Amino acid sequence: MSSSPAIETADLVREFKKGPRAVDGVDIQVAPGEVFGFLGPNGAGKSTTVHMLTTLLPPTSGSARVAGHDVVEEGTRVRAAIGAALQEAALDPFLTGREHMKLQTALHGLPREQRARRGDELLGRVGLTDAADRKVGGYSGGMKRRLDLALALVHGPRILFLDEPTTGLDVQSRSALWAEVQRLASDDGVTVFLTTQYLEEADQLADRIAIIDRGKIVAQGTPDDLKDEIGRPSVEVIPAEPADLARMKSVLARFGESVASPPKAAAVRLSGGDAQLADVVRALDAEGIRVQHLQLHAPTLDDVFLAKTGRHLEGAGDGAAVEDAEPDPVAA
Amino acid sequence: MNRATALQVGTLARRSIVRTLRQPAMVVPALFFPLLLLAVNAGGLQRATDLPGFPADHYLDFVLAVCFVQGGLFAANSAGTNVANDIETGFLNRLSLTPLRKTALLMGQLAGVLALGLIQAVTFLVVGAIAGEGIHAGVAGALVIVALALLISLGFGSIGAFVALRTGSGEAVQGIFPLMFAALFLSSMALPRNLIETDWFREVATWNPVSYMLEGIRSLVITGWDGEALALGFACAGGVALIALVAAAAALRTQMVRT
Amino acid sequence: MSRAGGTRDVALAVAWRGAHNYFTNPAIFIPGLLFPLFFFTAFAGGLSRVDSVPGFEFGSNYTAFVYGFVLMQASAFGGVFTGFSIARDFESGFSRRLLLAAPSHGGIVAGYWLTGVMRAVFTICIITVVALAAGMDVQGGGIDLLGLYTLALLVNAAATLFGCGVAMRLRTMQAGPLMQIPVFLLLFLAPVWLPYDLITGWVHAAATVNPMTLILTTERGFVAGDPVHVVITFAVGAALVGAALLWARGGLHSAEQAA
Ligand SMILES: Nc1ncnc2c1ncn2[C@@H]1O[C@H](COP(=O)(O)OP(=O)(O)OP(=O)(O)O)[C@@H](O)[C@H]1O
Ligand SMILES: [Mg+2]
Repeated sequence: MSSSPAIETADLVREFKKGPRAVDGVDIQVAPGEVFGFLGPNGAGKSTTVHMLTTLLPPTSGSARVAGHDVVEEGTRVRAAIGAALQEAALDPFLTGREHMKLQTALHGLPREQRARRGDELLGRVGLTDAADRKVGGYSGGMKRRLDLALALVHGPRILFLDEPTTGLDVQSRSALWAEVQRLASDDGVTVFLTTQYLEEADQLADRIAIIDRGKIVAQGTPDDLKDEIGRPSVEVIPAEPADLARMKSVLARFGESVASPPKAAAVRLSGGDAQLADVVRALDAEGIRVQHLQLHAPTLDDVFLAKTGRHLEGAGDGAAVEDAEPDPVAA
Repeated sequence: MNRATALQVGTLARRSIVRTLRQPAMVVPALFFPLLLLAVNAGGLQRATDLPGFPADHYLDFVLAVCFVQGGLFAANSAGTNVANDIETGFLNRLSLTPLRKTALLMGQLAGVLALGLIQAVTFLVVGAIAGEGIHAGVAGALVIVALALLISLGFGSIGAFVALRTGSGEAVQGIFPLMFAALFLSSMALPRNLIETDWFREVATWNPVSYMLEGIRSLVITGWDGEALALGFACAGGVALIALVAAAAALRTQMVRT
Repeated sequence: MSRAGGTRDVALAVAWRGAHNYFTNPAIFIPGLLFPLFFFTAFAGGLSRVDSVPGFEFGSNYTAFVYGFVLMQASAFGGVFTGFSIARDFESGFSRRLLLAAPSHGGIVAGYWLTGVMRAVFTICIITVVALAAGMDVQGGGIDLLGLYTLALLVNAAATLFGCGVAMRLRTMQAGPLMQIPVFLLLFLAPVWLPYDLITGWVHAAATVNPMTLILTTERGFVAGDPVHVVITFAVGAALVGAALLWARGGLHSAEQAA
């Protein structure tokens, strides 16, 4: 079993009645024990994909196997193997953290004597022991996310789905969650399927990533492979005299196509790679253009996204899916 | 029902009861408004007992039955709101990912309604017994009233759950509240049917199952044991509950589409 | 921009949004419309026999008697439901943005007041048409009707400002019952179904001190064409609005502190 992929989809499609093709022919493979990052802007189809893989939404066409089972034909078996923390933290504001654990352990059919122990252990692991007896309505966004994660782990799933687990979290909560995800993957061998709209998160956390845009996979591979595919770095230069900007642009144009840059700067993708940097400096010097600032950019996942879609990841969403910031529950 | 299902029902029932009782906004109005209407009616319409043919000496005893049906309307509201919240927040998705049986989910959700219904029924009975002439059919009659009241709550609660499951929206649940109030108002709630003057109104009240729920409870309060009124009351309440439960179960099947 | 101009622009903007939300959202306007309609139908239709209770004296028919109450209910609830909308605006964060952006905070309150007026006028129009179709016998002349609807608008303003004060202090939908219950009490601890002289018990005592008794009796007097205590009723109505205005202003201060 361990040789077959943990998650595998073939031409997976989901159409909504009055909506777009939210997921439009997705093919992905995730190996067991891998942390797989599913990166895309708002409305790209990440959550819809997660819902199909977790058996909550039937696909319009195509197929998907999770933990070796077909998501349509063998839903019960799939659910037994997976845990999920969906995008909406889906907690009951009127129950405490501990009551949530009780509910979840009982519904998963854990034997009575194990329920309390398992609940306490997981609450401890996500750092909620002190808050365990407080109602969830008073939890912060980060605490809700952590409780959601603990609930997803109750039955020891082999595959974990996390839909935008860090959206809205501060830097500290985010790195704590990253550490826990990494621990789950490396120590417990859990396969993690994680969606995100943050480049950094996909870059740091994922062994492999797929980039989805408007329902289609536009790239798939390890972060390094994808960046290498883009290959060439870019150089961004700010002239000391703003008046030189136009002249500088024409000099830079000799070294490659120009790319987006701040208004006072110019940037080009170096068609010959890093080695051209020295040539650039020499050429500018020869033209008598003094340089205030010069920077070499290694390609990022945003460059990958840009190369594949013609847009930057930030602000590429459909707008309609942008949510309001979560209101502070304590102040309300 | 096997042990696993029983555990699921019990767990969800406990949750449903706990979350209902922790929302004062759900419990307080469910007790307050029926009692307010009872008090206002008892004082405001006492003189209606002077009408020739009015069946009771105290309007309070006559109108006590309304509390139980009105309580049922709050049951619909709380069941519907709880279910709609679960859909809106995604909690239903969380439950769907566990090996949960759909019937267990529905039964568990309705347990909160029954708990609220029990609190209501006992409160109304105690108030009615103290402020009025007492329950004519005695303690056994009071127990039958509680049973009928719970059946009524179950029926209205299932209607609320049905609307919530069908639409997934708390607003839609609020929206049916007035419609159910219409069912209460267009019944023999304020006067016995034979004293209703307006023809079309009397006709509607005669077709309205709520009239028979009221008359079943009312018979125990003001006349004692009346087999026909009780049979009609239980048949109407049971019929509504059965239809609404079947509809809610069907709606749950489409709402919880997990494969 | 002058201060007065700012106030007017803000008020109109808030009122426009309120009207837009109201008329485009059936889940909001249907309950507010249906409740008074049901009341009217249930009691004008089902309870009309009580006008033959010995001692029932009123210069017009029972439909007109019930209309007087439902008119007041519609005015008051137009205000309370506007209070709900304000609470919802605070929950969604809209009001916070409004408080930060609007040049005149008095204009916000005025805008909500206009929203309340709009809701009440709309409901009153429909109820009036229904009541006339149901055979309401209007004895009052033009001046009487002017008095009738002016009084309704005073009740409406007082209710809106009261709801506004609660909503701005608590800033959560959970405050709903706190807006609704006091208004309910005032409305119902009054001669709702029978004239003041015919109600009994503690409801009679409550009605004696309830300012709504005076307002309701005068409203019915306008419909029947023989109003009494007109001056004192309008003084009481104006005093209620004044008190509610102070209450709303306090609420606004509290919301400003929190924004
Ligand atoms: N139930 C639905 N009915 C109709 N359209 C839907 C539904 N759910 C999602 N969509 C549409 O499908 C598209 C993909 O949505 P999805 O939620 O999968 O995006 P996402 O990548 O998770 O975005 P986000 O980052 O905002 O969570 C969007 O255009 C959305 O409007
Ligand atoms: Mg999403």
